[in-house]
Amino acid sequence: MKLLEIQNLEIQFPSRKSTLTAVDNVSLSVDRGDILGIVGESGAGKSTVGNALIGLLEPPGIMTNGKIYLEDQRIDDLPESEKQKIRGKKIGMIFQDPLTSLNPLQTIETQLVETIDLHLQIGEEKARQRAMELLGQVGIPDPEIRVKQYPHQFSGGMRQRVVVALALCAEPTLIIADEPTTALDVSIQAQILDLMRVLCKQKNVGMIIITHDMGVIADITDRVAVMYHGNLVEHGHTAKILGDPDHPYTQSLISAVPRPDVKLVRFPQVTYIEDIETKKEDIDISSHWLGQGQNFKSADGPLIKLNNITMRFTTKPAILKKNRIYLDAVKNVSLDIKEGEVFGLVGESGSGKSTLARIICGLYSPLLGEVIFSDTNLTALKRQEELDPFRRQMQMIFQDPFSSLNPRMRVHDIVAEPIWFHKLASSKSEASDIIIDLLEHVGLGSQAATKYPHEFSGGQRQRISIARALATRPRFLICDEPTSALDVSIQAQILNLLKDLQAELGLTILFISHDLPVIRQMCDRVGVMKDGELCELNETELLFDNPQHDYTKHLLDLMPRLDGLSLEGLELSSDN
Amino acid sequence: MSIISKTQILKANYQRFIDSDIWYSFKKSPITVVSAAVTFLFFFVTIFAPFIAPHDPFDLASIDLMDASLPPAWFLDGETRFLLGTDDQGRDILSTIIYGSRISLFVGFVSVIFSLILGVGLGLISGYVGGRLDAFIMRVADVQLSFPAILIALLIDGLARSLLPRELHDEVALYVLVFAIGISGWVQYARTVRGQTLVEKGKEYVQAARVIGIRQWTILLRHILPNVTGPVLVIATIHLAIAIITEATLSFLGVGVPPTTPSLGTLIRVGNDFLFSGEWWITIFPGIALVLLVLAVNLLGDWLRDALNPKLR
Amino acid sequence: MFTFILKRLLQSVVVMLTVALIAFSLFRYVGDPINNMVGQDTSLEERAELRERLGLNDPFFLQFYRFAADASVGEFGFSYQHRRPVKELIAERLPATLELALVSAILALAIGIPMGVYTALRRNGFLSRTFMTISLIGVSLPTFLIGILLILLFGVILRWLPTFGRGDIIEIGWWSTGFLTASGLKSLIMPSITLALFQMTLIMRLVRAEMLEVLRADFVKFARARGLPTRSVHFRHALKNTLVPVITITGLQLGSIIAFAIITESVFQWPGMGLLFIQAIGEVDIPVMAAYLVLIAFFFVVINMVVDILYFVVDPRLRIDKALANGQ
Repeated sequence: MKLLEIQNLEIQFPSRKSTLTAVDNVSLSVDRGDILGIVGESGAGKSTVGNALIGLLEPPGIMTNGKIYLEDQRIDDLPESEKQKIRGKKIGMIFQDPLTSLNPLQTIETQLVETIDLHLQIGEEKARQRAMELLGQVGIPDPEIRVKQYPHQFSGGMRQRVVVALALCAEPTLIIADEPTTALDVSIQAQILDLMRVLCKQKNVGMIIITHDMGVIADITDRVAVMYHGNLVEHGHTAKILGDPDHPYTQSLISAVPRPDVKLVRFPQVTYIEDIETKKEDIDISSHWLGQGQNFKSADGPLIKLNNITMRFTTKPAILKKNRIYLDAVKNVSLDIKEGEVFGLVGESGSGKSTLARIICGLYSPLLGEVIFSDTNLTALKRQEELDPFRRQMQMIFQDPFSSLNPRMRVHDIVAEPIWFHKLASSKSEASDIIIDLLEHVGLGSQAATKYPHEFSGGQRQRISIARALATRPRFLICDEPTSALDVSIQAQILNLLKDLQAELGLTILFISHDLPVIRQMCDRVGVMKDGELCELNETELLFDNPQHDYTKHLLDLMPRLDGLSLEGLELSSDN
Repeated sequence: MSIISKTQILKANYQRFIDSDIWYSFKKSPITVVSAAVTFLFFFVTIFAPFIAPHDPFDLASIDLMDASLPPAWFLDGETRFLLGTDDQGRDILSTIIYGSRISLFVGFVSVIFSLILGVGLGLISGYVGGRLDAFIMRVADVQLSFPAILIALLIDGLARSLLPRELHDEVALYVLVFAIGISGWVQYARTVRGQTLVEKGKEYVQAARVIGIRQWTILLRHILPNVTGPVLVIATIHLAIAIITEATLSFLGVGVPPTTPSLGTLIRVGNDFLFSGEWWITIFPGIALVLLVLAVNLLGDWLRDALNPKLR
Repeated sequence: MFTFILKRLLQSVVVMLTVALIAFSLFRYVGDPINNMVGQDTSLEERAELRERLGLNDPFFLQFYRFAADASVGEFGFSYQHRRPVKELIAERLPATLELALVSAILALAIGIPMGVYTALRRNGFLSRTFMTISLIGVSLPTFLIGILLILLFGVILRWLPTFGRGDIIEIGWWSTGFLTASGLKSLIMPSITLALFQMTLIMRLVRAEMLEVLRADFVKFARARGLPTRSVHFRHALKNTLVPVITITGLQLGSIIAFAIITESVFQWPGMGLLFIQAIGEVDIPVMAAYLVLIAFFFVVINMVVDILYFVVDPRLRIDKALANGQ
């Protein structure tokens, strides 16, 4: 007997313009003690499958075909009141964001007891007892104290443990986890995954993990189903799918995953992903306009030199100085970035890496220390006009493609703004020529110029961002987590584009990421940051092969292994 | 292709508008279409009042006391010359309503503009500059918000009344009213715009503009301002309804516009005295006109709020 | 929590002082107080003597201090119009306004909040749509017009209810109440409905908006996914989370009920403070205006304080200080 059996599931979202088939003819099954991963990129329909299983499709979604059996009982056509009895009791659900999943006005105990008593009907006293036990099982220390507390008194990782406890509280036979670790830091991610795996095996429940992350799949699942545009393209044992995928989509998806252990020259050109215009011939920097106006004085030493940078934020303002509370986001950091290299900064959230980037490009002024760019001390320049020539030389690409472009401006005007501000074109037609050239060069057609940002996907928007940054003809580019909001195949494309541009234009790049495999693919040298301090700095390959600092070792340990992933068709770099 | 032509952009804009969800939800809501039509009608009729109104109620020569207190035309004593009847001085009710709406709309519209400019300006500065200036502006806003707008408008009006000699006051009463209603309404704009500015300020496109080197004022006006207009538009529409009601209320209480240039509220106040003697039309018809106008504007605002709220789609 | 309330208290004092300052400036600098107190035939010497006696030649701060000190015990001098102490006038009329406001507030809250919750939960139901349409008409009907229409219907045409005044009142100590007589209660019906209607529709719409917002929250979805019954999800989880904004709204609305009472009292000739105030504006009776202003401000400050304290009762995030539990 299968625990869960999905047959020919089809889900549609009708809208006024067209009907979207979000899930198309998907059949899957899960056994007790079995962990099934559903993997796919955004829009694949994987979360919709999860929602359909517990009968909570987001309106206007409707199940148009298929059957769902739980322990041989058909559950998709049950009336709402019967479905309610299955939710929580038979099927437990874990959502992505632990910060918003809990009712902020009730104690953990109240929420646990309500759910336990509802499903098990064991009386409040016993329910309270069980709540405490559950908290212990999910690894919350001092459960007898913590159970009386409110959600806001827990950290993100702890809250996700509470969410797991809530999902487990009625001893369900199946658990569905929708991106359970995406909102968490790497180190906490690993702990939660471990916990889930142990609990699943211990309690012999079936588990479905919905994720976009190949690392999570490789870490925890027994079997995996790959979804693409609502279709189930392939499914089978995890080792087989990852090591020897049959379907071309799976193949290209796996080839796009940045490897922690080897460095590639560039990512293979993945098929099966969104269309981009094929790039024109490479730029010859000596004759192209991007090379003109580049008569910068070349620096004697490194291009960027940071001397003892300290940055302090006031987290709690007060009139009296002694009552203020500060946070030192960057503590006494010094480093050099050489002309023409790609320098990586890696660290978890809150480590100060983004703050450092913003200090370099002048968005923040440091409390102490100096930023020296091409032998000029930028921190000593106070007048805007003096800074402008340096602003032209350094540009930045941001993390969130959905907020880094002004939604009210046309792409043409977005890219034109830096050109006009720095007077890099003498006429409207010259500016337009440059803009269209840039858009074509980053893989968007010239037609993109007339559109607004919301008409583009995340990856395309990131290309617009790159075009805007290149419009000032910079020599130094700061990339702050440029791909962390993107799907893995799109990430591969953007990383390739950055690599190409760096080679063609001889750019110096500061590349910031929390993702070590990405860092390894992109950077010549890497600095590791923790709590505002730079704890290790070395050549990329040396650092990965022979980390010195304990924290670096710890981070490297947390990297998903991905050993089983197919290496077929990858072009390895000679650095390996 | 080199330069994108203006017509191309216009065409694209038109297409975008036709395809947009806003236009779609407008078409799909008959109530909204009717409200828009009624609002438009009010604006049209009041702007061209001298050409449309059947009589000029302020032309003393044309008023005949013999015509006083006639009921609407469909009653036995009614006359077709006066469709909605006449008041105690023999003025045509329909015409006084048209001219009264003119005053009401004028006061409402101008005071909304006044509030809007004040509120949006302060909200933008408060949100973008932050710090003590922000704290100060928001403190003032908080305090003002805890007093209802109508009370503040009443006070300002009362103040003006005590400061200015009576004759002068009647002359400037209209502007005092606009000022009073305008001042009492800025807080809503300021708070919303400030909140929205804080959100936009944190977005990366603002940082991108700063990295390019764009100056703060340019960022505020070119990047942030266009992104806060949506909610402002909604508030302004609903505020127009509130401003018209406030004006009518003040005039009804006898502290608004003087009876020489009656607004809808003044008409209702004057007519109220005849309610008990059976001449209900003097007060009820202006009342209906007022409710119709306010309801239409409110319905528009309600629809606009839902249409611009991405969460409800 | 204690420091928070202390801070709020301090703020309230600042607000009261600001309002007192405005009231004082009104009193002192709008027109000449002496001219308003004495007749035409008073000689210049007598005026100067009166000016000296009243302390009008003293420094500004001393005068303001005296005004504020008097105001804090309810002394606002003589009404220009009524030639009686303002204190007496207000005391006479306060019960009328408070009784009217109380009944209206109860009406508005007791009907508005459930209707708001209902329309949010049954968003597309027929009854909800009807409520919403009615509420829009309610928001579009100016208070005074509601009063006029009610008077026309129940007073003039049907002749069921009295159209003005409080009816028979009974004096209990200095308080006069209309609650204890039939005519008093009858007189209360139309004014209280008039005053409540606008607030009720407003409260309903605001509660609905807040409730819809909370119903979209992740924790509501998670509560559903745990199989909690709809009733529990709606009332235990969603409704409680709308309480904080609803308390704010309610506080503000209570305040505006007292202010809107001006209009209602004026339509129904209800002998309350609002009527007194509106007459004072017409007659430029500055001491009355100043007193009313300070009194209203006092009400608002008290309501705001209560609202702030209620926040603490409802929201644990405020109750527990230093709640940053990172890494605990």
